[in-house]
Amino acid sequence: MKTKTRSLSKTTRSNLITYGMVVAAYIIVEIFLRAGMVSSLLEGLLVPLCMYVILAVSLNLTVGISGELSLGHAGFMCVGAFASAFFSRCMETAIPAAGIRFTLAILIGTVCAALFGILIGIPVLRLKGDYLAIVTLAFGEIIKNVVNVVYLGRDSRGFHVSTKDSISLGLEQGGDVIIKGPQGITGTPKDSTFLIGVILILVTLFIVLNLINSRTGRAVMAIRDNRIAAESVGINVTKYKLLAFSVSAALAGTAGVLYAHNLSTLQAQPKNFGYNMSITILVFVVLGGIGNIRGSVIAAVVLTLLPELLRSLNDYRMLIYAVILIATMIFTSSPGGQAIQERIKLFFKHRKTKEA
Amino acid sequence: MIGFISYLVNGISLGSVYAIIALGYTMVYGIAKMLNFAHGDVIMIGAFVVFSTVSGAGYPPVVGVLISVVACTLLGMAIERIAYKPLRKASKLAVLITAIGVSYFLQNVALLIYGANTKSFTSVVTIEPISLMDGSLVISGETIVTVIACIIIMIGLMTFMKYSKSGRAMLAVSEDSGAAQLMGVNVNFTIALTFAIGSALAAIAGVLLCSSYPSLTPYTGSMPGIKAFVAAVFGGIGSIPGAFIGGILLGVIEILGKAYISSQLADAIVFAVLIIVLLVKPTGLLGRQIQEKV
Amino acid sequence: MVLLEVKNLGISFGGLRAVDDFNLTIEQGELYGLIGPNGAGKTTIFNLLTGVYKPTDGYIMLDGENITGKKTIEINRHGIARTFQNIRLFSELSVLDNVKVGLHNHHPYSTLTGILRLPKYYKVEKEMNERAMELLKVFGLDQEADYKASNLPYGQQRKLEIARALATDPKLLLLDEPAAGMNPHETQELMKTIRFVRDEFHMTILLIEHDMKLVSGICERLTVLNFGQILAEGETAAVLNDPKVIAAYLGE
Repeated sequence: MKTKTRSLSKTTRSNLITYGMVVAAYIIVEIFLRAGMVSSLLEGLLVPLCMYVILAVSLNLTVGISGELSLGHAGFMCVGAFASAFFSRCMETAIPAAGIRFTLAILIGTVCAALFGILIGIPVLRLKGDYLAIVTLAFGEIIKNVVNVVYLGRDSRGFHVSTKDSISLGLEQGGDVIIKGPQGITGTPKDSTFLIGVILILVTLFIVLNLINSRTGRAVMAIRDNRIAAESVGINVTKYKLLAFSVSAALAGTAGVLYAHNLSTLQAQPKNFGYNMSITILVFVVLGGIGNIRGSVIAAVVLTLLPELLRSLNDYRMLIYAVILIATMIFTSSPGGQAIQERIKLFFKHRKTKEA
Repeated sequence: MIGFISYLVNGISLGSVYAIIALGYTMVYGIAKMLNFAHGDVIMIGAFVVFSTVSGAGYPPVVGVLISVVACTLLGMAIERIAYKPLRKASKLAVLITAIGVSYFLQNVALLIYGANTKSFTSVVTIEPISLMDGSLVISGETIVTVIACIIIMIGLMTFMKYSKSGRAMLAVSEDSGAAQLMGVNVNFTIALTFAIGSALAAIAGVLLCSSYPSLTPYTGSMPGIKAFVAAVFGGIGSIPGAFIGGILLGVIEILGKAYISSQLADAIVFAVLIIVLLVKPTGLLGRQIQEKV
Repeated sequence: MVLLEVKNLGISFGGLRAVDDFNLTIEQGELYGLIGPNGAGKTTIFNLLTGVYKPTDGYIMLDGENITGKKTIEINRHGIARTFQNIRLFSELSVLDNVKVGLHNHHPYSTLTGILRLPKYYKVEKEMNERAMELLKVFGLDQEADYKASNLPYGQQRKLEIARALATDPKLLLLDEPAAGMNPHETQELMKTIRFVRDEFHMTILLIEHDMKLVSGICERLTVLNFGQILAEGETAAVLNDPKVIAAYLGE
């Protein structure tokens, strides 16, 4: 019994460290901000940074905890972004209080993304491995493309939808085109702040970490480790796979809300909602450690800042980023690289024992 | 009617390009069991080599294409040797991320050399277009060359896989590399050869793609690369005729979708068809069903 | 009282008749052995009993309920749990968590309760921990509760699989070659454990085994399978002395 209580507090302690890290980082940045020591470039990066952290943590739930390779995470982010931006644009006059409006926007973006997660998850989670990867990528691209042909306007008679252009909406005088196809949504209130971003990170961490260390999380990981054995002890594989997938999608939607309310113009482009975005986030997850939530947080921050820190190198920075990526993977995952790691560990162990 | 036929011809032309890329993709996947995200960028490099040698240095197109094929073959082998070989026993995700790294690397090398501006690619095809039905249906030289090249390549590959020693070694390695090694197959050489062939095909595909669609940027290859993978999955990954059929179908669906439904939704339609096919037949049109043993 | 009744069970894979006209009756509390040469169809029968495969013919009754053609998870809820010939643990989870996954359906709380850490979460988790530790103690695994399952030695992994199966509180326990890969000493210990499980948990056990010492040592009745069909059945000693059985094992 003793061993158990200790192991329980071990995970609790580890979780507290993760939360503490985020809070500490927030306080430090806030101090630097107040002191005016943060360049405007870096300041502009703070909200996206929060968004990337949420995306990485939520994708780790699918890839690390559930063990399913998804390349469509940006699609769910896109759903959250557009649903919430649409809501905020419509309600800007109806709900003038930014706090209430944004809270509702976050809920709406999150719920919409969750619904898409369920809708897409039901058919695709039967597939495995690379097939699942390519199908999730396909869904992500479909979402992005479909958003680009939607025109949605509002006048006194209500909402009008078209897939052709704004004129075919046939709006009355004074009608308002909210979604303008490839031009997206303009004039979304800029409600996202660094503080809200950090709070959303903490909420995301709270949900994901508590989920992992619960009956549900154990079932999800059991399915990942051995589907057939999980079924043999009565675990409903479809239910738990879908649950993990839709929670992950929902949180990606939350990140999308943060993204949408940080820009005055929201457009679905390859670079923000395309498969390249999904891949960028996957890189964070893998480099941070599969299934390691704190690792995802750190990797998302470091890898988002890295290209900015390399900015002085201008054109070479993405090249260096690519080289670092390849080198890291070879170092961490090849037999040669692992041998070197072992030697380094041994070296430090020796030093420690000597010092002691 | 004429309109439909001409769209169909364009679709088959684009599909042939996809098929050539997909053939390379499916071979590499069969042997290395990896999503080679960098494959699309080899296409782009192949096109840029032709751009530099033909439009830049003024070599004749044939020479430019030959140089491009050689360059991409070497590039493919180098990528395999440096980035993928050390990770042969690593997790699939590790290999996937490395492939993504290679993809970023190739794109940014091209960006450094050529810049981000779109280059206008001069077609390497000099064959005159054919006019049919009193000139109401014109088939471009590029289309003719692309379709013929695709058919030759597919037949060539099938013959190679069936009758040559190296081809059968490839089949053996893709089936079970451990067992193949025990039977005396040089696995390292076989994998390198697969990457070489796949990359050579990518170079050809790059030239043909840019001859028909003449705008070239460092990111030109990514989408066709993804679509070719879709084509390969569509036809049943690992299957050569599957890649061919998948490629052609994908090109036709894309062009017809663009023409009759919506040009912005063409990609979405392509992806939707993939999803439907996989949901009905989870291993693709010609793929083999594998069941887990309990 | 009859716990399991199998009648005319059969399955074909393509043209191959893997199991044909299989009949089996097991009494409550019995320790029953299923033996036969490799490829005789023993594991296929386990897969039929647990719903991994759907039978093409026949029916399976458990405790008076027809479970033929039901899904694996439903059959588990009806009361059949199993272990696997090639060990299938949740390798990345701790030893304790492996058992707790087995307890999943008997100690429920909602996902939201888990995320929000409501009082019920702590209460149920505590119950689960206690129950899981009890089970681990039976198999002498309580000291290893925090280990990653894949770090256990082979013999202990087999025991953990049995503990996990028992955690689902089954009526019938299926053991697929529990002694495979064990040395004679470990096998002796395993025999004791299996008997203990039967007596302590009032469990009915059906096991597949190649180790004749174990089979003759603990099984009360046997069925011998050959080429998917029953070759002999009855009291252990009588079956093992049956000339047909000896011939099948020695290859004529």
